[in-house]
Amino acid sequence: MDQNAEVAPPAVETVGLTRRFGSLTAVSELSLQVAAGSIFGLLGPNGAGKTTTIKMLTTMLAPSAGTARVAGFDVVRHPVEVRRSMGYVSQMLSADGALTGYENLLLFARLYGISRRLRRERILDALEFMGLSESANHLVRNYSGGMIRRLEIAESMMHRPAVLFLDEPTVGLDPVARHAVWGHLRGLRDQYGATILMTTHDMEEADELSETIAIMNLGHVVAIGSPRSLKAEVGPQANLDDVFIHYAGGSIEQGGNYRDIARTRRTASRLG
Amino acid sequence: MPERGARPAASVDVAILNFVRDTLALADVELHKLWRDPLELLTRAIQPALWLLIFGQVMGRLKAIPTGNMSYLTFMTPGILAQSVLFIAIFYGISVIWERDLGILQKLLATPAPRSALVLGKALSAGVRGLSQGFIIYLLALALHIPLRFRVGAIAGVAGFIILGSALFSTFSLSVACLVRTRERFMGVGQVLTMPLFFTSNAIYPLSIMPPWLRALSKANPLSYQVDALRVLMVEGGQSIFGLGKDFTVLFLGLVLLVLITAKLYPNVVQ
Repeated sequence: MDQNAEVAPPAVETVGLTRRFGSLTAVSELSLQVAAGSIFGLLGPNGAGKTTTIKMLTTMLAPSAGTARVAGFDVVRHPVEVRRSMGYVSQMLSADGALTGYENLLLFARLYGISRRLRRERILDALEFMGLSESANHLVRNYSGGMIRRLEIAESMMHRPAVLFLDEPTVGLDPVARHAVWGHLRGLRDQYGATILMTTHDMEEADELSETIAIMNLGHVVAIGSPRSLKAEVGPQANLDDVFIHYAGGSIEQGGNYRDIARTRRTASRLG
Repeated sequence: MPERGARPAASVDVAILNFVRDTLALADVELHKLWRDPLELLTRAIQPALWLLIFGQVMGRLKAIPTGNMSYLTFMTPGILAQSVLFIAIFYGISVIWERDLGILQKLLATPAPRSALVLGKALSAGVRGLSQGFIIYLLALALHIPLRFRVGAIAGVAGFIILGSALFSTFSLSVACLVRTRERFMGVGQVLTMPLFFTSNAIYPLSIMPPWLRALSKANPLSYQVDALRVLMVEGGQSIFGLGKDFTVLFLGLVLLVLITAKLYPNVVQ
């Protein structure tokens, strides 16, 4: 996977992780390791099991079988410790438009238990890091989509999490905002040493950011490796789109459901 | 993996302090939003105004309902306050479905805040809205020359029972939302619950004139205990049937039970 994996314990590790909904197996026997300090991309068509995997890793959903550890903590036995060690950015634009940027951050600083003494400093740091200092006291409903996304990343990083989970972090953003978010994610990894696990449908994003990519299809990991090695496996001129189609293309019409699609469209629609 | 900046593992007293802080953080947000956009409060004032100005005045003239030494309007004022609080709180659960659809709930569930603090935080937010109803109904009652008790203890007691009732019914509403999980189903269930809760309580007629079966239902209805407490604390000459201690105990234990149940159900909404 990664050279760091040999010297440091993985930041995220799953063994046989499985989630069933009735007769449907959304995630099946998922075993993967995410090296500490790396950016890991989880790709796959709608319904592949990416979001279900993230929900299990962030303790929102109990696994049906298997184990998962985040920052060294078991997601079933030590869910609170897992939540203390991670940050999460939802696919939807979830910042509260009726509050200012500062107030949004203040809520999460309090919920993450950042002491009163450190709170203001951490909020101002996060705003500055994400380039939002000037807009801190503006209502979020007046922010652009890219600013909201940066604010949400700021919310998730104030407590200096070891692992950051991002569910399609740039869905619906224009290219300028997308590149800005990418820069901030790299900065988070470089400056704070955070491990980043993100799902995405954007092949350019996965190629640009990820050291390791796993492609999921119908609940299984069907390919895993660096972007370069995955492309080389498919063909000398292959790009990541070709890799994705090669491993998941035949099943695109089978996956996804109304709620997944509606959620993505709702986010895109809010971004205009 | 070292934890950086996250709250440390807590002893019991620190855990309680954390719980209170998380709960208040959520209620505080609601207060900010309400302060910034109070239009909702004004629109919510219309319904209790209609009950007091039209229903109360007409029924008061009929003298069909025996209310002892007090006028019917005085008798029903605490009931209308409780009803107004109920009507806000019982639909409060839809906010959790809305927050799920916006991704806010997922973010909250990903924080180390206890689920019970998330639930109680929302319940207290409903309490804040309930208090605003109390303020409006006090103004209406003053305009109608209803004899109100203005002693500090009585007003603090009214505020306490408004918050307690709002918290209880909003938590009940949240638990329903966790089970039904869609706005359409929730609205249907909410409509079904509201009127039976109201009409099986002592809000607009005393227990003494109810047939035995309705009296039994009324005694099982938490709204009756809220009305009973408000009646003795809010209006001059108001008398408690159950006793303030029992009113508080029923509402408080009901709230604790519902918070525990709803905290268990809460993650269901995002699954």
